[in-house]
Amino acid sequence: MKAFSFERAIDAAQAAKRAFEMPGSKFIAGGTNLLDLMKHEIEVPPHLIDVTHIGLDEITATDDGGLRIGALVSNTALGADERIRRDYPVLSRALFAGASSQLRNKASTGGNLLQRTRCPYFFDPKMPCNKREPGAGCAALDEGADTRQLGVIGTSDHCIATHPSDMAVALRVLDAEVETIDPEGRTRRLTLDEFYLLPDDTPEVENALSPGEIITAVVLPAPVGGTQRYFKVRDRASYAFALVSVALIEQENGEGRVALGGVAPRPWRRDDADAELANGATAVMAKLLDGARPTPDNAYKLVLAERTLAALLAKE
Amino acid sequence: MTSTTTFEKHRESAQTRSSVALTINGQRHELTLDNRTTLLDALREHLNLTGSKKGCDHGQCGACTVFIDGQRVNACLTLAVMHQDDEITTIEGVGGVEHLDPMQQAFIDHDAFQCGYCTPGQICSAKATLEEIRAGIPSHVTKELTGPIELSDEEIRERMSGNLCRCGAYANILEAIRQVAKERA
Ligand SMILES: Cc1cc2nc3c(=O)[nH]c(=O)nc-3n(C[C@H](O)[C@H](O)[C@H](O)COP(=O)(O)OP(=O)(O)OC[C@H]3O[C@@H](n4cnc5c(N)ncnc54)[C@H](O)[C@@H]3O)c2cc1C
Ligand code: SF4
Ligand code: FES
Ligand code: FES
Repeated sequence: MKAFSFERAIDAAQAAKRAFEMPGSKFIAGGTNLLDLMKHEIEVPPHLIDVTHIGLDEITATDDGGLRIGALVSNTALGADERIRRDYPVLSRALFAGASSQLRNKASTGGNLLQRTRCPYFFDPKMPCNKREPGAGCAALDEGADTRQLGVIGTSDHCIATHPSDMAVALRVLDAEVETIDPEGRTRRLTLDEFYLLPDDTPEVENALSPGEIITAVVLPAPVGGTQRYFKVRDRASYAFALVSVALIEQENGEGRVALGGVAPRPWRRDDADAELANGATAVMAKLLDGARPTPDNAYKLVLAERTLAALLAKE
Repeated sequence: MTSTTTFEKHRESAQTRSSVALTINGQRHELTLDNRTTLLDALREHLNLTGSKKGCDHGQCGACTVFIDGQRVNACLTLAVMHQDDEITTIEGVGGVEHLDPMQQAFIDHDAFQCGYCTPGQICSAKATLEEIRAGIPSHVTKELTGPIELSDEEIRERMSGNLCRCGAYANILEAIRQVAKERA
């Protein structure tokens, strides 16, 4: 790990200002992704800003019947919250499907959204990776590369990595928004499709945050009801990242919403695919995965996504 | 000047050590540490509390599991300087030869280890598993999110999945946890 200076921020606005003043600095919340990457020297911040004492660790009701989840609420606290369990069960399910109890106790809502890809070449400093080193090339696109875990849609000729978060897939299906504050003290709200950027020719730019801008909360709209499910397919029964995951909200009348994890650089959802829900999994996937560009090693994800959705729709 | 050289200049000139007071097993320790020091390295290398083990150093094995303010965490993935004023409990604080914790006794009774390397982390997680079920925190295998949580083998296995054992003592670890759960019931 490279040496760094360290400070503890007192509130979000001050943290944003300090981050802007110290180029290259990083916020640290749970540390479960950042420290992992710093040990590999994939992240080499010269300065860390500890945001674990800025408050923002509560879940509060909003005026329009939804919930505001502070950026520092832990994954355990969020998944176990009674209101989330009752009104947004897909979110609880997604959280408990991720990582381990120890990690969830530390992992924060903001940090979970900003965790980086698990692409094996991103983790291997000896291999070229456009995300780590813009312009270096992408080892995953080389002949014979291991792409089994990588993306099938939304990818580009410069990067085919996926976003690994389970939580974000549930937030996408719930139409959650990310709330931020920038170094000037301005706040804004972004949908997840505005927040997460597709790689195109700049895979190193993963989100819409400006320098110093910090996540303060995630806002859930009023509950939408329905039957909510999260199904994660992985290589072992627990403590592994998704190969494919499906977040589903199904209403009595057959309408609903679907988002996919493990297939794209961000949680993957399309309105025109949601509209096909009453027509079954094949019809949904024809829209949702339209334009997919799988590799021979990960084309199985297209089949797996469809079968997973079909299995969920067949459940009582 | 490229940003990389700016960063390196900063590293050379900036303060990269900090003072921190850690409260471990009820005892306060004043330390001045390189900011990079993880809680695990502070315990093992600076305070001679070598019960917590380093398996992977990347959050993947659970050998470093300790309690911070009552919650189990991986000590390898958190910085010591972030824990001023927190209450930290390690396996040494859970119990020792003279005063074994019931979970430690159960691990002995059931031969719940072979080499013993993963054991301190397993015991901390085993205690946390029962606490978390009692506190009503659901898991991936909990059937009804809003209903009571069954103290089943399946629940225990899922909640222990963050702790790996190279010797494969899993079956006996499960027995040990069941014994303590039964004693408490
Ligand atoms: C072994 C292992 C298994 C895992 N398995 C899964 C899994 O199955 N599913 C899954 O979804 N995840 C999994 N994870 C990832 C885990 O969920 C993340 O590491 C965690 O959610 C990150 O949260 P954190 O608070 O620790 O983030 P940190 O490590 O503190 O930060 C991560 C990033 O977010 C930035 N950041 C943090 N807070 C803010 C903020 N408020 N505003 C702006 N930037 C911020 C940091 O600067 C950093 O760049 C796993 C991790 C490990 C180590
Ligand atoms: S797929 Fe993306 S993250 Fe993986 S090596 Fe290529 S550029 Fe890097
Ligand atoms: S040493 Fe911390 S999880 Fe392996
Ligand atoms: S007893 Fe040897 S690793 Fe678990």
